[in-house]
Formats: sequence, structure tokens, C-alpha cells
Amino acid sequence: MSASVSTRRKPPRVGDTPVFRRTLIGIVLFLVAFVIVAPLIIIGVEAFAKGWAVYRDTIIHPDTQHAIMLTVLAALIAVPVNTVFGISAAWAITKFDFWGKRFLLVVIEIPFSVSPIVAGVAYLFVYGLQGLFGPLLDAWDIKILFAIPGIIIASMFVTAPFVARELIPLMQAQGRDLEEAATSLGASGWRTFFAVTLPNVKWALLYGVILCNARVMGEFGAVSVVSGNIRGQTNTLPLHIELLYHDYQAAGAFASASILALIAVFTIIAKVALERQGAGRVRKQANPAEKTS
Amino acid sequence: MRRRNVLPGLPLSLGVTLFYVGLIVVLPLAALVIKAASLGPEDYWRIISSSRALASYRVTVLSALGATIFNLFFGLALAWVITRYRFPGRRIVDAMVDLPFALPTAVAGIALTALFANNGWFGSVLEGFGIKVAYTPLGIMIAMCFTSLPFIVRTVQPVLEDLDPALEEAAQSLGGSDWSIFRKVILPLLAPALLAGVSLSFARCLGEFGAIIFIAGNQPMSTEITALLIFIRLEEYDYQAAAAIASVLLLTAFFMLAVTNWLQARALRYTVKG
Repeated sequence: MSASVSTRRKPPRVGDTPVFRRTLIGIVLFLVAFVIVAPLIIIGVEAFAKGWAVYRDTIIHPDTQHAIMLTVLAALIAVPVNTVFGISAAWAITKFDFWGKRFLLVVIEIPFSVSPIVAGVAYLFVYGLQGLFGPLLDAWDIKILFAIPGIIIASMFVTAPFVARELIPLMQAQGRDLEEAATSLGASGWRTFFAVTLPNVKWALLYGVILCNARVMGEFGAVSVVSGNIRGQTNTLPLHIELLYHDYQAAGAFASASILALIAVFTIIAKVALERQGAGRVRKQANPAEKTS
Repeated sequence: MRRRNVLPGLPLSLGVTLFYVGLIVVLPLAALVIKAASLGPEDYWRIISSSRALASYRVTVLSALGATIFNLFFGLALAWVITRYRFPGRRIVDAMVDLPFALPTAVAGIALTALFANNGWFGSVLEGFGIKVAYTPLGIMIAMCFTSLPFIVRTVQPVLEDLDPALEEAAQSLGGSDWSIFRKVILPLLAPALLAGVSLSFARCLGEFGAIIFIAGNQPMSTEITALLIFIRLEEYDYQAAAAIASVLLLTAFFMLAVTNWLQARALRYTVKG
């Protein structure tokens, strides 16, 4: 009933003629199937192309298991660190005014625009033997590059902005009144944060954490420069996929890829669920607030 | 008039932020710039203008342009369909738009290669028409299209959602055809967001690595992208060349970042209604 009422009340808008509408939906659905859905399906098809046994053998192979462990380890370290950073950055930027704030915002976003390969090379010139700290680290016998720490910090670079940029627009929009009230009533800074700020931003925070996690687990370019690709030692899952693929073990590569594809699908489902809670949609509403603050 | 700020935690939060940004973002990029600068202008210029490097810029920029133009139309159509029409599966399509962001680039790379190889689902059909995708510049373009598609959709979508129907009604009552209203009323309103999406998408294409190297064929002078050339120079232990070419990509990224920020600031000015 409500549908018929609403169609009668609304005049047809631009592009609402049935022929145009159906054609455009048709073209778009066709292209979505072609460009987005097909790649997802082919991963599943190719992963099981040689049967369940080959799939299982790939997944339980020690090298794959090690790659999974390393990927999870990188995420377990990089994601919480970036979360703490994201919260700090959002608190500093949205609750205070200071000189250079706009510039700081741009710097935080840099990793989004820099090629992961450039990031990897840049780290080489800090921690590599020919880099700034290379000789020093070598003298102390600390290995960062071509070892696990290198993989983790390269992942941190690539995903540094994720949490911050979900929190900043939202906290900007929410203003400072609640925190100021809490503080003036005698709450400590931590209490104010945990009891007032955090409950208001928890969905956006989780949203940023999930996106950050997906990117850490899937990072390829930056990690492939700094890891040294040592099989069974410094191979994360994406690197393991490349190794198998170039080793003419396509089924194995796709089997490993299917794990990451599954994580991607779960990430999207979680994202949709969180958007229902209001996360991720604040960015545009935040704009007017940005002007008034 | 400025109120005194009573909130605590500025030294700690700003300290953590500056320390982390300095250590993780600024320090490595500064090290890269220092390394590239240590070359001296003559060597630097020789490396970044070598014929192989020039060929890599050419294929990277042209493929990125092609991919971005395709995504401009496809992304706009996709955003339009998702926001303006109601049809079964709309929410799923909306969610699927994010897949290129969520799917690791290496996974996308091998999946696209499998689809477009000459024995793949799409490759075998296209081969019938004499079109080769895998291991050609066209393959690079397709990989770029895939990874950068969400940018344009997600920047245009909110503006399209907020579009005031009254504007269209006014134009309709004045007798404008759908096409002329789209061109003269809707498109100008979407333009800032579209441009911002385009610049984000283009920047992403220029730096993309993982999705491309599987499908590109990676032949020097024809299908070798700049990011790969950097990687190859590293594997040859030619760190100076890697630094020099990486600095070109870095400067391009900074330039695109500036363009994007400027366009987004403009986009905001037009979408925020007093």
C-alpha cells in the first residue's frame, strides 16, 4: 500500500522512464557481474579445480600454515598499534586547535596516495644496509628488513590512516560539548574518553579497525619489497600466493587466495552490518560541523 | 572569540600522533628523498629519463587514464543506479562495490589473469574477436579499473543522495528534457565530486602494483609499469636507480594529493548548503 502511495505522490524524476531505467540497470548489472563478481567466483572455481584433496593439501602445507601465521601475526601487531594511533590522532585533531592541524591531516593521509612499492623502497633506505640506520642496526645485529619486523612496519605504513580517518569526521561532527561537560564535572581525561567519547564512536572505530585489518592481511607491494620472500620464513599469505603462482602451482595459489577472498567477503559483510549502525556514513554530515568549529 | 579549552590530553595524544607519523610516514619518505637527492642532478636526470623509464611512465599514465575514463562512466552509472532506482539485489550491488578495496591486490591479480588469459572465461571469448587482454597494456588497464572503481562510486554517491528533487522538478516544469536537465542541472552539481573521485582513482592507478604484475606480461618498453621497474632495479641491487624512479612516483603522488585536496575542498563548498 505504502509503495503505491509513494509512487503516486512522487513525480517521475530525471532518468525514470522505464526504458532508460531498465537499460541502465541492465548495463550496470552486466558490468558488475563482469568486473566484480566474476573475479570472486573464479577464485573459488580455480581453488577447487584439482579437487578437494589438492585444496586441503595446500592449506595444511607447512609453508601455507606459516604464511597464515605470519599474516595473522602482522595483523595482531599492526592493527592495534594503528588503532591507538588513530584514536590519539582523532583526539588531538578534533578536541583541540593547534597550528598546523590541516597539514597534519594531509600528512596522515599520505599513505593512501603513495604507491606501496614506493613505501617499501623508502623503508629500505631507513633500515636497509644502505639506509640511514642500516649500519647501526647491523652493528647491533638487529634485523628489521628481510625479517618479520620489516613486514610489520611496512604494513603499518600502508594502513596508518585507516582508523584515524573513520574517527576524525565523526568526532569532528560530535563536537566537544560532552567531553567538556564530563571534564568540568570532574572526570579524568581517561574516564571522559572511555565513558563519553568511546561509546559515541565505537561503531566507527570498529569499522576502521576492520578495514585496517583487511588491508594489513592483504598488503602485497610494500611487504614484497621488505620481506625478502624467504619461503617458510618471511612469506605472508599474499606473497605465498605469488610464489605458488609463479611456481606453476595455480591450484595452490588460488587455494591460498580463497582464504584471503573469504576474509574480504567477511569484511564487506561486517562493513554493511556496521553501516546499519551508522558507521561510515558520517563523513558527509561532518562537513557542516567542520565549518562551524 | 575563542573559548579556553578545558579538555585534557593534548600533550599525550598529539605526542603519540606526531611520534608515530614521524617514525612511520615522514622518516621513510624523507630517507627516500635524501637518497634520491644524493645522486646529483645529472645522474638523477639520466636515470629518470632513460628510455626504459620513459616507456614505463608512458604505459602507466596511459593505462591509468584509460582506466579512469572507463571508471568515470561506469562509476557514475553505478552510483546513479544504486541511489536513484529500487530493484532486487540493489543492496548486494551496493555492498559489492567495496570488494576491490577489500580483496587483496595479489588475489585480484591472479583472478583477473585467470579470467582474461586466452584459455580463460573472458579471454577465450575475446580471442574470437581478435582481442588480447592478458599480457598486454589492455590487461594493465583492466587491473587498474578493478582496483580503482570504488573511488568514483563512493565520492559521487553521497552527493547524488543529497540532490534536491526540487531542482529537477523546477527544470522539468520549465520543459527541459531529461538529457538537458542531466547535462545542465545535475552534472554541474556532481562535477566537483566526480572530479575528486577521478583524481583519487587516477592516483591509485598510478601506484598500483599487486593487481597489475600478474596480468601485465611485464615486458620492458611495452608492458612494464613504473612501480615494477622500481622493483626490478631493487632486485638488481641498483638502489640509486630505484630511489630516483621511486622519487618520481612519490612526487606524482604528492601532486595528486594536492589536486585531490583542492578538488575535495571545492566539492565541499558546493555540497554544503548554508
